[in-house]
This record gives sequence, structure tokens and C-alpha cells, in this order.
Amino acid sequence: MILTLAFRNLFHDRVRLAVTLIGILFSIVLVAVQLGLYLGASRMITANIDETRSDLWITAFGAKSFEDGGVLLSSRERHQALSTPGVESVTPILVSFSEWRKPSGGSTRVVVVGADAEDGALAPWGLVAGDWEAIKAPNGIAVDETYLGDLDVSGMGSTAQIGQGRVKISALTKGIRSFTQSPYVFMPLSRARQILGYGSDAATFHLVKLREGADPAMVRQALLSRLESAEVLTKKEFRDRSLTQWLFRTGAGVALIGGALLGILVGTVIVAQTLYSSTKDHLNEFATLRALGSSSSYIHKVILAQAGLSAIIGYGLGMTIALLVVLASRSTPLPIIMTPTLAAGLFSVTLFMCAISAISAIVKVTKIDPATVFSR
Amino acid sequence: MSNDKVLVASNIVKELGRGAGMVRALKGVDLDLVPGELTLLMGPSGSGKTTLLSILGCIMTPTSGMLSVAGTPTADLGPEELAHLRRDHMGFIFQSYNLFPTLTALENVRIALDVRGATGFKAASRSEEVLRQVGLGHRLMNYPSNLSGGEQQRVAVARAIASSPAIVLADEPTAALDSENGHAVMALLAKIAHEQNRSVLAVTHDPRTLAYADRVIRIEDGLIVGEDRRPEGLDAPEVTDLTKRRKAHA
Repeated sequence: MILTLAFRNLFHDRVRLAVTLIGILFSIVLVAVQLGLYLGASRMITANIDETRSDLWITAFGAKSFEDGGVLLSSRERHQALSTPGVESVTPILVSFSEWRKPSGGSTRVVVVGADAEDGALAPWGLVAGDWEAIKAPNGIAVDETYLGDLDVSGMGSTAQIGQGRVKISALTKGIRSFTQSPYVFMPLSRARQILGYGSDAATFHLVKLREGADPAMVRQALLSRLESAEVLTKKEFRDRSLTQWLFRTGAGVALIGGALLGILVGTVIVAQTLYSSTKDHLNEFATLRALGSSSSYIHKVILAQAGLSAIIGYGLGMTIALLVVLASRSTPLPIIMTPTLAAGLFSVTLFMCAISAISAIVKVTKIDPATVFSR
Repeated sequence: MSNDKVLVASNIVKELGRGAGMVRALKGVDLDLVPGELTLLMGPSGSGKTTLLSILGCIMTPTSGMLSVAGTPTADLGPEELAHLRRDHMGFIFQSYNLFPTLTALENVRIALDVRGATGFKAASRSEEVLRQVGLGHRLMNYPSNLSGGEQQRVAVARAIASSPAIVLADEPTAALDSENGHAVMALLAKIAHEQNRSVLAVTHDPRTLAYADRVIRIEDGLIVGEDRRPEGLDAPEVTDLTKRRKAHA
């Protein structure tokens, strides 16, 4: 009967129910979009690091992120690393911002990623046209199809210029987005060095693969003692550093999380307001229940059931719209990500929000004087 | 009729308000209820009837005095324990019926059982049974808005007796009803008292109800000023219901 009464109370005033559901829906969509953007941004920031097959990263001291590696490393650090016990391989990669000169004039910033796929460190993934052999061909590069418009090119075979060299699109990827909105341009390491005008042994990072059974902590310590001007980070540490740089030092992540919190706050206030007014309208019924001998907890359960039902219906509607927004964002440079964990988390947030909203109504109903049933 | 007292109130005093605005609504009332009796509490407006009913129903606490329900003294009980006492031993009928507008007649009765922990098929069939007892077997699925005043009050009666409480307290049960419905409801209350051996106390100032009473208690200015009992051997009016009355009229 608790659920029946809660359901009937809820549907008794359709306008108020609509306001409640719109409040929850608005909140869910806002939180889903903000957190989905946060997830999407996080994935974009760490995608290149996640794709590498490496155990440790050697970076210049103070490297901020994958895109912003700072001072270049040389073959000296590589050789020092290679001679460290427990190290199987050390693969250099070069990452640097550069200018992409558009075929029809003007330029835009890109992130050049120079790496040799044969070394197994990092290769463009999600190829939808062309392959690594095509990228290795003279002037060959790979870009993501999302950015063709930004780069002012039509697709495979299009040419442009980066720094000092001519490039030709010989492979296309799908889904490699850039948080900085500067598209990644993948090419062999030697071409990247040449185009960017760096020395033949220049590298931004050295990716270290450990021998089987080697203790990462011990190898790291050994590397640190040999490499005076470089840092040695685990993959996770470098991921976290990149995330911190782009999401928190730039304020982008704070804005996204702030937006999500605002969504929760607005939703809570709207639901609390409507639930309170619904409780106020049904106060005489709750007083009657109390007079009939119901416990306080019985009445609280009715209110919580109302909140729970609102949460379930509002979540269903909100998630439907949120998923449509997620679908619509798939082909944009800043896709919104929805994962089962986020969906489950949002459901918990909705239930929590509605439960918190019920507090004011519960406080109101706790003060009911059952004697009022005799004065009606 | 048994002489075991199901409710005993002695020297009940109730002060309402504070300071200069304080009113002594009850000035030392003694009253007890026994099973199998329909007792009327009569008195003019402001005499303290409803205040006394609220105290006897454990809804209001007295300023002083002693109240015992089914052998349990209420003096030291908190709101939850008093609610428990109401749940276990009392049924209420209100002047304005106080039905849940969003629930059907059947559900209005079921909820009274639900708060007592009775759920499922058993509760549903018991609710249907008592609604049939009060002549509303054909109105089970009707909402209060589709029921007449008399029918609503009979749903309220069904709700009050569904859990078979020892005590049924009614506040002006006929005040909102026409003569025909008023008689039907009083007949029902008398039937409940006599046939189900319950103690029924009805607050009223409706003289039409007198004929159904086994005992009439008069209250004025917060004091009980008189008590009358039906003479032995004199029956209450024939217990009937509205359906029979209507048939008779036809």
C-alpha cells in the first residue's frame, strides 16, 4: 500500500508531477552531459598514452602532458636507459605542436606525433583508410577523419604543409580526437624530426618496456639514478599528470564538474520544492494515517517512495534524452561518453538527489499533529 | 456485555494554550468504556467533547490525570508508543470521513490494515469483508468522490473496524449526513458494539443518535455533568441498513 499511496499521490496532480519530472530530467541531462564531456575529455587526453605498449616513460624534467613534453631528449638518455638492468627496449617518440598550412591558405595548429610502429611503441589506431605502409611512403601521414574540415583537406591523397615539409594524407583514423582541438598528425619518427627541424636523435619521450619479471620500482629507481636531467614516470603517473594539466590547470575539468554539481543542485531544489508542496497538500491524509496508528517510519516510507518513483521515472526520461545527446555528439570533435558505470552512477545520484529532496517533506510531516483530524 | 474495562480515564485535565490565553478545556474527567456498549458523549459546542475524544484516543496527551488503554497506562508513552496503542486497540471515525481521495473504497480500508502490518491477500479479503458488512460490497472500487456522504462514512466505519479493535471512537459521525444516512450509520455503530462486542464511543450533539445509545454521557464546560443508561430490556431501534430502508421506502 505504501507504493500504491505514493504512486497515487504522485499522479494525483499531473502538473506538479510534470514539474518534478522536468526538474529531474533537466538535472540528469545536465549532469550526464557534463560528466560525459569530462569522460570524453579524459579519454582524449590519455588515448595516446593508453595506446602505447610501455611500462615507464622517460620525459624531460617537468613535462606537463603528452602534447607538452618540454625540452627534447637525445640518444644519450636512450642509451643510458638501454644499459639499465631489467630494460628490454627503449623507443623514442617525438610529439610537438606545429603549424599546418592549409591548401587554400591560412594555417592551424596540429600535434605532430612521430613514432615508428615497427618499434611497437605507438602507432595510429582505428585506421579506416590506408595502413602503416602507406604512412611510411614519402610524405605520408595519418589524420583523423573528424578534422578533415578543420585541416581544409578533402581526404585521402590531399596534400598540405607542416613546418618545413610537404605532407600527403595516406591514412585516415576514426575516433582519435584531440582535447586541445589541435588534430594529431601521425608520421614516422624520422619524418617528424625532419619536418620539425630537430636533430636525428631528438625525442620528446622514451618509452621503456621492461623485461619479463623485472621489478618496475627497482628499474625505475635505477633509471632515475642514471638520468639526471629526466624524469621517469609510470604509465599511470604520466596519464594522471596529463589529466591534471589539461583538466585542472586549465580549469576545463573544474568547469565540467562544477556544471554537473550545479545540475544536481538545481534538480534537488526543484524536486524538494515539488515534493514539499505535494506533502503539504496531502498533510491531512498523513495526519489521518498517524491518527489511525501508523508509525512515523510508515509515513516517511510513503514520502521516500514518492521520491523514489519520481527518481525512476525522471531518470528514465532524462537518460533517454541524454543518450540522444550522446549519439548526436559522436561525430563532433568533443564527443560525450556514456559508460555503464556512468549510467549506474547517474541513477545513484538521482536516487540520492530525490532522497535528499524528501528531507524537507519528511521534516514537515514529522511535525504533524494527528489531533488536526478532529478539527477538519 | 462484559464488564472488563477496555479504557479507564480518571481525573483528566487538559489545558490548552499558555499564559493569559490558557483555557482549561477539561477540568477533571472520569470515564471508562466497556465492551459491547455504544456510548454517546454529548454536550454543547466548546464543552470539551472533541478534546476528551482526542485524549481517550491517545492522539492528545492530558495535562494531568490518568489514562489506561487495554490495561496499559499511557502517561509515560511517547508519540510512537501511543501510535502503537492506537494501532493495536483503536479504530477511528471522523466527522469529515478523512478518506484518501486517491484510493478506492477497498484501498481506503486496506491502508488501515497495512499500517498494522497486515498485507497481501488476507488484508484484501478482510477489507472486502468489512465493506460488505457495512453494505458497500458493490462499491469496492469506487473512489470517495464517487460515493455519497453516507457511503463515505460507511467506508470510514469499515476502515475503523477492519482490524477488529476493542475500541471504536467516532467524532460527530452523523454531523455531515442527512437523516436517513445518519440513522444508518448509528445503526451500524450499534450493531458493531452489540454483535462484535466492541466498545464504541461517539461524540455527538445530534439528538437523532440518542435512540441507539446504551449509555449517554453529558459534558459541559469540561466536566461530566450527567450519565444515563438505557433501561434494561429496552432494545435499540432495529438495526438496519440504508439498502433495506430504501427498499422499504420504495
